[in-house]
Amino acid sequence: MSSVSLPTPQPAQSASRRSWLDALGARTVIGIPFLWLALLFLVPFLIVVKISISESDGIHFKEMFVFTDGHLQWNVKWGNYAFLASDALYIRTYLSSIYYAGVTTIICLLIGYPFAYFMARSPATWRPALLMMVMLPFWTSLLLRVYAWKGLLASNGVINDLLLAIGVISEPLKMMNTSFSLLIGMVYAYLPFMILPLYANLVKLDLRLLEAAADLGAKPLTAFWKVTIPLSKAGIVAGAMLVFIPCVGEFVIPELLGGPSTLMIGRVLWDEFFSNNDWAMASAVAVVMVLLIIIPLAIFNKSQTENAAREKGRI
Amino acid sequence: MTNAAVAVQHQSVKADDSFLTIRKLTKKFGDVAAVDAVSLNIRKGEIFAMLGASGCGKSTLLRMLAGFEIPSSGAIVLEGQDITSLPPYERPINMMFQSYALFPHLTVEQNIAFGLERDGMPKGDITTRVTEMLELTQLKQFAKRKPHQLSGGQQQRVALARSLAKRPKLLLLDEPLGALDKKLREQTQIELVNIIDKVGVTCVMVTHDQEEAMTMASRIAVMKSGGFLQVGPPREIYETPATKYVADFIGNVNLFKGTLSVDEPDHVVIQTPECQHFVSHGITGTLGMDVHVALRPEKISLQKKAPTPQERESAREDGFNCVQGIVKNVSYLGSYTTYHVKLSTGTTLKVMNTNDARHDDHRLDWDDSVYAWWDGSDVVVLTQ
Repeated sequence: MSSVSLPTPQPAQSASRRSWLDALGARTVIGIPFLWLALLFLVPFLIVVKISISESDGIHFKEMFVFTDGHLQWNVKWGNYAFLASDALYIRTYLSSIYYAGVTTIICLLIGYPFAYFMARSPATWRPALLMMVMLPFWTSLLLRVYAWKGLLASNGVINDLLLAIGVISEPLKMMNTSFSLLIGMVYAYLPFMILPLYANLVKLDLRLLEAAADLGAKPLTAFWKVTIPLSKAGIVAGAMLVFIPCVGEFVIPELLGGPSTLMIGRVLWDEFFSNNDWAMASAVAVVMVLLIIIPLAIFNKSQTENAAREKGRI
Repeated sequence: MTNAAVAVQHQSVKADDSFLTIRKLTKKFGDVAAVDAVSLNIRKGEIFAMLGASGCGKSTLLRMLAGFEIPSSGAIVLEGQDITSLPPYERPINMMFQSYALFPHLTVEQNIAFGLERDGMPKGDITTRVTEMLELTQLKQFAKRKPHQLSGGQQQRVALARSLAKRPKLLLLDEPLGALDKKLREQTQIELVNIIDKVGVTCVMVTHDQEEAMTMASRIAVMKSGGFLQVGPPREIYETPATKYVADFIGNVNLFKGTLSVDEPDHVVIQTPECQHFVSHGITGTLGMDVHVALRPEKISLQKKAPTPQERESAREDGFNCVQGIVKNVSYLGSYTTYHVKLSTGTTLKVMNTNDARHDDHRLDWDDSVYAWWDGSDVVVLTQ
């Protein structure tokens, strides 16, 4: 036993070299995207943060660290953030962005879940075609598709013309530039991002679990609530994230389909940068937006990891 | 009594003592009948096994009992109630699924409580029942775990506890131990039977593993192409198979093709190319008809010397059959050894002898010339 189980030095060395190479390979594969994100997301974000707290004389930003009279001077201005917190308009806009993103997410979930569910239940031969149809809109530019909605919803648009012609209404409905048109546009644009992760999740659902539920006395609807929904939680969360996060900062759709009453932070950001030319203020708005999204996400992620760790630890 | 008659007798159990009655049950998928006009009576408290190769229709039959498949025709009656068209969630039947189908998002106790909650049982009663089930299956310390944190054997016990929790009238087992490795399977078979006996539930199981069926079931139905070939207790299925297929499917067998050459009420002789088989019981048949002779490998004795007249004499009463051959293969398997003996006709005779002594002085080896002999009472004549 003792002599057999002792590894001879030679294979051990080559094994350790191989594992070292494996580790290097793994690090390279993971490292490249990380480097990419660091260069093209983290660095620009830090620059934005810097701009948001820099003092400006109106044309140039002052150096952040200056040596005067032999000691370091730190030029930082928190005024932009203070202004953000004190101005009701910004707060209202943030809340309103979260509200529209939230409503969009819920509507996408309500439409997307049944769609993904039946797509996952459809015969395996149909699924590629159905999947293709979900992704079909991506073949044309978002801008074009959103413009098309303008044509549909406008006062002299297709829908109003049709309703007037068949006499359902006597004067055009006000649909454009309302929260209605905004939500239609956002749900329309983001629905595939909800359907795809849900589908990927639901198609993996073990149908025997539903049989087991029925066998134990659960009617189909009960089985759906007690088995299907809990087991597709990961898909629901992924879909909701993919819709909610970009919706909060969405600019194009509110700009084209929204109205004066549908405040969204993306437009404020645009205005600060390009209308007011107040880069520092715009940067502060952007930083707060990112934090608003990242902090809840990080908390959620942490609790998920802890849950998983707790379950593992119990074995 | 003929083999066929035995099978018929068991099928025609009086309707009175029948707990579950299946009448001419048929399930067609397109034009193909997966289950073809099957009738069956199962007594209360019985463990009934349906055994067959994959595609024989055993799973479809079980799924019709559970309510997952709607029969094309026929009826299922449980304790006098026709349940043929009842949906699964209204049947007093629970199933232990193949590879268990435990709810991965629920803990062990939540899995067990699932069915009880659906019945609207009061919370206190549920707790009591779940505890009872956890004790029955020795899972108490795992109550708060999720299924993926359990071993295969533990998962199997959770599945059993979940299917017994509602005290079903009928328990269905779909390949109950198929997901376990061999060692654990043997141990679990006995455990499972003990628990089922303790609860006293009537049980229908489906398996492709004959050992599992023989260990656990009080009666076995051998299935082929959607129908029953033979129904009976394990011993009967093994010792008096009704057809060539059953003889071949259950255990190992030597089959010889021959004709009926002597037909007396108390004995017959079958002439096959290898030898004359003296059979010490009568059969239903006509002289000269084609039949098969089935002989189990463990019923054959092997020795190097020709049987002495005394040995012949002592065996005479049952009829003595003897052939000569050459050992062509020896497989030592610990508790027994199998031999392949090549006969002069070129046929290979499978022989299985137990190793009842540690040192065998008369050990047989490759290319030994041997005599193989067996009793006339050990021969089964198959007319189908």
